[in-house]
Amino acid sequence: MTLTVTRAVPGLDEQAVRRALDVVMDPELDEPITDLGFVRSVDVHENGVQVHLRLPTSFCSPNFAYLMASDAKDALTALPGVERVVVELDDHHDSDIINRGLAADAGYKGTFGPEAASDLEDLRMTFRRKAHTAAMERVLTDLLRARPGLEESRLGAVTLADLPTGPATSALLRRRAALGLPEAPSSVVMVDEHGVGYAPEEVPLRLRRARSTRISIDGNAHFCRALLRTRYPGSEEDQTYRAEGAEPGDPTFIPLTSLTVKENA
Amino acid sequence: MYSKDGEDYFIVDAHIALWDARPENQRNVHGKQFIDCFYDYHRNLSPESEVWTYEEYLYYGGERLMHDLFEVGYVDHAIFQPAALREFYHRGFGQTEEAWALTQANPDRLTYNHCWDPRFGETGLAQLEEDAKRFGLKGVKLYTAEWHGDSRGYKLDDPWSYKYLEKAQELGIRNIHVHKGPTIRPLDRDAFDVADVDTVATDFPDLNFVVEHCGLPRLEDFCWIATQEPNVHAGLAVAMPFIHTRPRYFAQIIGELIYWIGEDRIQFSSDYGLWTPRWLIESFVDFQIPEDMTEYAPITTDQKRKILGLNAAKMYDIEVPRNLRLPDAGEPATGPRQPERADLAGV
Repeated sequence: MTLTVTRAVPGLDEQAVRRALDVVMDPELDEPITDLGFVRSVDVHENGVQVHLRLPTSFCSPNFAYLMASDAKDALTALPGVERVVVELDDHHDSDIINRGLAADAGYKGTFGPEAASDLEDLRMTFRRKAHTAAMERVLTDLLRARPGLEESRLGAVTLADLPTGPATSALLRRRAALGLPEAPSSVVMVDEHGVGYAPEEVPLRLRRARSTRISIDGNAHFCRALLRTRYPGSEEDQTYRAEGAEPGDPTFIPLTSLTVKENA
Repeated sequence: MYSKDGEDYFIVDAHIALWDARPENQRNVHGKQFIDCFYDYHRNLSPESEVWTYEEYLYYGGERLMHDLFEVGYVDHAIFQPAALREFYHRGFGQTEEAWALTQANPDRLTYNHCWDPRFGETGLAQLEEDAKRFGLKGVKLYTAEWHGDSRGYKLDDPWSYKYLEKAQELGIRNIHVHKGPTIRPLDRDAFDVADVDTVATDFPDLNFVVEHCGLPRLEDFCWIATQEPNVHAGLAVAMPFIHTRPRYFAQIIGELIYWIGEDRIQFSSDYGLWTPRWLIESFVDFQIPEDMTEYAPITTDQKRKILGLNAAKMYDIEVPRNLRLPDAGEPATGPRQPERADLAGV
């Protein structure tokens, strides 16, 4: 057998493919599939590319599995000069169904047939809202830590201009853009998915609820990451490191001791 | 009974199983995928010393169950919560006859809950009546992501689901354990969504709805509906073992639950044989909310007693030694429990 690696597409190699897949998010975990280690293999060949995906269990929700796989195919098909894209999901209870659907570009309804009623846009939107809520809670809690004396009930008046530049703020801006929320510096940070803010007396409970969303997403993310490593030994090398709930310094567990947030404190 | 530092704890393991996932019982590849998924959960979250071999995990039998729970596991009473999974296993996943025989031999230690599937329609309703009589059912376990023909899940507020809940009420079955899974029909929806629990909890105020793994992976949605519905409870299946590998995450789960639904509506379980109770109980009694997590009050010994057994004992009328009983917390039936902590005022 002669092994030939043909790179008919200029500049296209494994790294380029992985970077193209950085835009594909796990909607539940709000992280790129490339950071999560879900991209199992990348094979670049003449005029095309073949990618295998893997998930933490055979029983990850098939609708999310389909979304990630079809988003991956879309992202690769959009690469200039790439004519043939094969994306396959390995070791899932619906691998056959999903891979057949992807190969035929059958779309969600074509893939799942009678099990699909309309489309997955509502599902996607639900998780965009949750991702925004969690991102909002992160910046506001960061702000409480950074500004001793800031009263929690006044968080409802914080604007984008009040936020420090940094990854948490950038993440919030991306989530706002995904929901079509305003990005002007004067825009209020603490809003629902329609951009509506909260009265001061409502703010503490709303923040508390947003915190439970953030905890839920973070918790799911670190469990899924860990299960992937159990299922596929060595997959940790493909994961971007994150603290996962054991470490006292874990940034996903924001210590609040340094906060002074009492009313009239 | 577990005792430590002069304190006694009455233990009810509110979610256990006796399954058979051996290859000869696997109907198709999904039977293997399902137990492999469980085994990865087990390997990932157990302390190394508590990890079983894959062979042991496929089938452990009644004798081992009795040993792990009652001889070395401190458990006073345990409740079977079977999943049928008929599409994956020839004789089903949960072993009804074996579990029922064990229950009859140990009526003071075991309660047998059965399961139903509303997609069996009238036939299933008749079967439910028979099952209620045969097993003396006080509760059922519903796995909403069960596959059935060309449907791979249902909602609790589907019309046929209502008929089953009405029948349960009529038959005196009060405790509905709900286990959400990854599939639902149509697949457009989030299968883990617990909004349907909200609907039925409102419409069946005399039934208790115990949401297993406290809604995970939708903890926040669970907390939000449970804080508003006094008959919605949190089962700690799957949540418990995080106490070992991810204690800070576990602290957040417990902290959120006590904040949103209070200490009287949370039930311990090992989810045996996913995990074994001994190390979970020992760890939980030793557990405390980390000091830097000031958004949560420290967990008290009495709260641990309620979670480890008293709450489930009350729901199932299990006799608790007089000296170990505790009154309910003086809290409202709905709304957050530690309102003073909502604004981090405890800081």
